[in-house]
Amino acid sequence: MALRQCAIYGKGGIGKSTTTQNLVAALAESGKKVMIVGCDPKADSTRLILHSKAQTSVMQLAAEAGSVEDLELEDVMNVGYGDVRCVESGGPEPGVGCAGRGVITAINFLEEEGAYDENLDFVFYDVLGDVVCGGFAMPIRENKAQEIYIVCSGEMMAMYAANNIAKGIVKYANSGSVRLAGLICNSRNTDREDELIMALASRLGTTMIHFVPRDNAVQHAEIRRMTVIEFDPTHKQANEYRELARKIDANRNFVIPTPIEMEELEELLMEFGLMDQEDTAIIGKTAAELAADAAAA
Amino acid sequence: MAALTREETEALIAEVLEVYPDKAKKDRAKHLAVNDQSIEQSKKCITSNRKSLPGVMTVRGCAYAGSRGVVWGPIKDMIHISHGPVGCGQYSRAGRRNYYVGTTGVDTFAEMNFTSDFQEKDIVFGGDKKLSKLITEIERLFPLHKGVSVQSECPIGLIGDDIEAVSKKSAAEIGKTVVPVRCEGFRGVSQSLGHHIANDAIRDWVFDGKKEVRAFEATPYDVAIIGDYNIGGDAWSSRILLEEMGLRVIAQWSGDGTLAEMENTPKARLNLLHCYRSMNYISRHMEEKYGIPWMEYNFFGPTKIEESLRKIAAFFDESIQQKTEQVIEKYKAEYAAVVAKYKPRLQGKRVMLYIGGLRPRHVIGAYEDLGMEVVGTGYEFAHNDDYDRTIKEMGNATLLYDDVTGYEFEEFVKKVKPDLIGSGIKEKYIFQKMGIPFRQMHSWDYSGPYHGYDGFAIFARDMDMTLNNPCWNKMQAPWLKKAESSATEAVQAAA
Repeated sequence: MALRQCAIYGKGGIGKSTTTQNLVAALAESGKKVMIVGCDPKADSTRLILHSKAQTSVMQLAAEAGSVEDLELEDVMNVGYGDVRCVESGGPEPGVGCAGRGVITAINFLEEEGAYDENLDFVFYDVLGDVVCGGFAMPIRENKAQEIYIVCSGEMMAMYAANNIAKGIVKYANSGSVRLAGLICNSRNTDREDELIMALASRLGTTMIHFVPRDNAVQHAEIRRMTVIEFDPTHKQANEYRELARKIDANRNFVIPTPIEMEELEELLMEFGLMDQEDTAIIGKTAAELAADAAAA
Repeated sequence: MAALTREETEALIAEVLEVYPDKAKKDRAKHLAVNDQSIEQSKKCITSNRKSLPGVMTVRGCAYAGSRGVVWGPIKDMIHISHGPVGCGQYSRAGRRNYYVGTTGVDTFAEMNFTSDFQEKDIVFGGDKKLSKLITEIERLFPLHKGVSVQSECPIGLIGDDIEAVSKKSAAEIGKTVVPVRCEGFRGVSQSLGHHIANDAIRDWVFDGKKEVRAFEATPYDVAIIGDYNIGGDAWSSRILLEEMGLRVIAQWSGDGTLAEMENTPKARLNLLHCYRSMNYISRHMEEKYGIPWMEYNFFGPTKIEESLRKIAAFFDESIQQKTEQVIEKYKAEYAAVVAKYKPRLQGKRVMLYIGGLRPRHVIGAYEDLGMEVVGTGYEFAHNDDYDRTIKEMGNATLLYDDVTGYEFEEFVKKVKPDLIGSGIKEKYIFQKMGIPFRQMHSWDYSGPYHGYDGFAIFARDMDMTLNNPCWNKMQAPWLKKAESSATEAVQAAA
């Protein structure tokens, strides 16, 4: 089967890297050949596969060697659990330089060096939470990732972010072959979370691929820099990731998303009780004024 | 060809605009005007300092060009770092013919290119460390430099490098002035914003940043030349006249200028501003903060020189005014001889100009002294205050064109049929191939100086040798010449 390139997006801190690595481990366990490309200057997208703190990144090595042209593929690629190939694009410390350019440089390098060979079944790009500039949209530009999975939860800000990412996908979907492939709900144990994400998914024109319940086993594995699949393969949480992997492998539902307006999103949140009906009477009133109003009433 | 009437000129503009799509036509129409001396404010007839239209050929530069190339570059005892990828600095190196005295590479550096030569890794990880290292290396390799300026190329603004912090730190380390200049090329619509940014950097980092107080013995006759870039030695031939008047020139900005001169300028009694466009900002600042009056002057051609000398002298006492009259008298025979020699050869010739900061209006007088007429003029990057100053210099019904496009300029020339065009290197060969005598008026075509009485003699000679060059009669290939002319030649040969 042809190589499938997938990008994982989602609000910062939602669990993209953890979900991606557990998912990739489950795919590898089932015999798939997978590569992870970390597109985040923090370079923490491969640590659970490699059991390392942070992999030495393409940009770090390029800076040491002089330029990216001085590097070979084997310099930047490490192989970890389940023969999963790992690359981190890397980038500057916060507040200096241009992290987006780092992602562009690293991905171009991988392409030119032939990192995407025919033996691979999947490439997963684990991308920084906010698509703040063109560099972080690199994985969804032409000839790169064609399937986008958005990790989200039933929290308001995670859903806002998911909707914004969908807007970004529309821009590139119209000019290329990138499609939204589904939402992955990484549970935060909020009320009716699965129904809410399913409702959001249907508004966006896609589906909730899988509902990953919250379980401490993930944290226990992470402390040991391992995925649940590797640390405790018999744990029920490992099965959840196996199920996610199976569904993604079988997934053929790729769509141009239909992002919704802010009002529609708020309605959805109100419907599920995450947001109260807006009380226009209180807008712009200070606490003192409200207290005075209450006293008068 | 006779001069165009107002109606004919208006029709010409309309005709040239005809090929544009509606939106472009509307935009470009605002930048083309027929001169009317009765208009007080140019904004009533022409729009300037706007973004060029996409798709047209414009010869404008960028903010980096305005700062590195124009304002800062000629300060000879400082090292100007082109901060960013190598091209901006290398392709603009030593291109403006700012003459200076000194030993290049030892105590002066204006012709050299210093660059941080950005690579991919510098973009990704930021270039602050490299800049800091570069300044340390400069200090070691070129210990006689007096200071450093950091001229930002585009990527610096995009990745947000903190060149101000590096400059402060490096200045403390090397004990010299380090000036960060935020002149990224994408800022503004032309090089004009670069001039302004560079002026502001002088204000903030040279005037306000100065710590030590150097001993300075002031005289009542101290003046500074502002906005003369000493192209082909222009500032030198100007300075002679000012000194003969009894004034003391304490600073030249920035042609053949030094950092110490810049620092001393707030002690001047009068700032003499030649290029208004590029240095009016700092002149105004010195007026507000140090109470130094400034005045514009024009040293092209005897008429304007005389006018300017008297205007300058009027700021000072009678002794200066007397000497000024002596200076004018002294040179009278010299320039009268120049006029006597060249005027008969140039009388009635018509000129079209398209240049940069001040010359589209300043050189008109010099042409008129030679009996020539400027029938069209325009600026690459002027603002409306420049056109305000131009309207009175140009004849009625002459053409004004702002940020003229390659197409418009060619069409105007085809219709107006000038005897001479004065513009830049990008225009030169097009018009020469059209068979029209051409002079570069940015670089003086590798000649000069043109300022002052000395410069006028060279200016007159250059215009004559270009215009009356026998090559213009040889525009037609011999085998295409009409039979009758060859018959005449045959008769002459037989005789």
